[in-house]
Amino acid sequence: MAAPESTAARPGGANGREGGPVLPTGRTIELLLLVFAAVIVTGALVLVEANQEQELTPTLLYVGLAYLVVLTLAHLAVRRFAPYADPLILPSVALLNGLGLVMIHRLDLADQDRAALLGQPVPDSLVFKQILWTAVGLALFIAVLWRVSDHRTLARYGFTCGLVGLVLLALPGLLPSSISEVNGAKLWIRVGGAGIQPGEFAKILLIIFFAAFLVQKRDLFSTAGRRFLGMELPRARDLAPLLVAWGLSVGVLVVERDLGSSLLFFGILLVLLYAATERVSWMLIGLGFFVIGALIAYQLFGHVQVRVQVWLDPFSDYENRGYQIAQALFGLGTGGVGGTGLGAGRPDLVPFAESDFIWSSLGEELGLIGLASILVVYLVLITRGLRSALAVRDSFGKLLATGLSFAVALQIFVVIGGVTKLIPLTGLTLPFLSYGGSSLVANYALVAMLLRISNAARAPLTRRPAAPAVPIADAGTELVQRPAVGPTTGPLPGPTGGRP
Amino acid sequence: MPELVLQLTRAGFLALLWLFVLVALRVVRSDLYAASGLRAIMPGGGRVTARAGRSRTARQLLVTQGPLAGTRITLDSRPILVGRADDSTLKLDDDYASTRHARISQQGEEWYVEDLGSTNGTYLDRAKVTGPTRVPLGVPVRIGKTVIELRS
Repeated sequence: MAAPESTAARPGGANGREGGPVLPTGRTIELLLLVFAAVIVTGALVLVEANQEQELTPTLLYVGLAYLVVLTLAHLAVRRFAPYADPLILPSVALLNGLGLVMIHRLDLADQDRAALLGQPVPDSLVFKQILWTAVGLALFIAVLWRVSDHRTLARYGFTCGLVGLVLLALPGLLPSSISEVNGAKLWIRVGGAGIQPGEFAKILLIIFFAAFLVQKRDLFSTAGRRFLGMELPRARDLAPLLVAWGLSVGVLVVERDLGSSLLFFGILLVLLYAATERVSWMLIGLGFFVIGALIAYQLFGHVQVRVQVWLDPFSDYENRGYQIAQALFGLGTGGVGGTGLGAGRPDLVPFAESDFIWSSLGEELGLIGLASILVVYLVLITRGLRSALAVRDSFGKLLATGLSFAVALQIFVVIGGVTKLIPLTGLTLPFLSYGGSSLVANYALVAMLLRISNAARAPLTRRPAAPAVPIADAGTELVQRPAVGPTTGPLPGPTGGRP
Repeated sequence: MPELVLQLTRAGFLALLWLFVLVALRVVRSDLYAASGLRAIMPGGGRVTARAGRSRTARQLLVTQGPLAGTRITLDSRPILVGRADDSTLKLDDDYASTRHARISQQGEEWYVEDLGSTNGTYLDRAKVTGPTRVPLGVPVRIGKTVIELRS
């Protein structure tokens, strides 16, 4: 383990990375921040129990212990497999996941109380399921870190990833509704009690495909095009696989009635195209497509019209369709600036408070101050991902990290915008906070890839040891012989050379 | 729970959340300076002296003496090959220069000259270059009859 090696051995004085000081591995900082996150989450659990039950239940112990075990394993895995990974990504994820667990537990308690009051059977405890999913996510996290020892190998499986991603996306749409439909959206594969949303995994696979494809074809995009209205347009055949994948994924999602995810895919591809080609024309074209697509969707689908009406005025249909968002707005309003305190509000009044509307639940109990801090934690996570994209040396890694970070960012915007009535509501989950197994597991895999890329970006270049530095003044006169023919490579490796 | 305790824990928890954010941002900040060559305080580590970075980096290579005097080459990150070979970046027509005479390449912010086994040697100022040697701005590098300098 390379914990305290903050000033790793560097050959020669000036051979530090980028001329600056050698970056510390950051594992010590990560550990400190993880402990901090664990303290915050434990405190939150105690507060919730104290406010709700007026006593501490054994559940507190189980949840807390499971959370600590998960954190420890994740940290050890990072130390083992990605020792130079970014020190802020994992603690941010840990805090978000922990706060999600606390809020889900809090809603569990409220539901159980209400069931006891009404004499109904006690509902299942969602927090245990979520912890189970966290464990599965951790397993995938470790597996990705372990098996993908270099993110560039993923580029070789670009088309495979794209194909598998499309199949995963299309699968729920093709399966009978009894297996795939929950609450009017055909997104699931349910076998027995457990269900997964393959779309969450397809998201990551398609980002890999887009990144690999764009790296392969980037030169063609910028050079072989025709000029049209002052913008360079690429040739159709260069673009075809991309457009097909894009159209299929968006089309499939429209058929499956998952507008949030179609928006997500659209945005991710647009940003990747922009990042790969640096042409603003892509943004204009994409926004144009978006406006046209949105208008068509509004005309064609009844549920889109409902969503827009609820967005414009949730109180006109308060008893029925507007109930959820209206309650969420009441919750946020009750929370105000400082919140009611954990466990002291009534976030359980909102339908789906633990999954789609966990943001309003948190807002009610933590207030604007708490929500802002959570947003900043998300922001830290995203900027660290983007920073890894800037720092990593290969184009595929850059695009992949950009895509993954932006996917998280856009998803947060779509969800929080929907809950706070900034944009029409679309059914997506908040990464790491919301209750939902597939989302959690897939996002853990996503974070593992970001850590892998940041590890590649921050690890010092392995160099051959420099020749012993003799001060020139002390060096004796030597007889210089003409060397044998052939290019000589001196002991000075190029800026990108010398990686294992 | 008593009202007073509730209010205190409520405020305390929010403060704790923001403390986490502040610590995280501090790490971000230290990383920002690390990338620019300045060092900042790392949480958990001691205070490290902030070194006002010599931000003047070489931007071009100027030939000051010799047949090619006045030639300028704008530097990017690629190494500069000097010699009589046709594929050299700076192709010398000089009987005292070897086919592949010297290479000037960038390591981080600094530029280094190394001799590629030339017959007559490469000199940084007056000293003969034996291994990769850092080239400060404005110090003449002599190759045969040609003298080059790095300028910002």
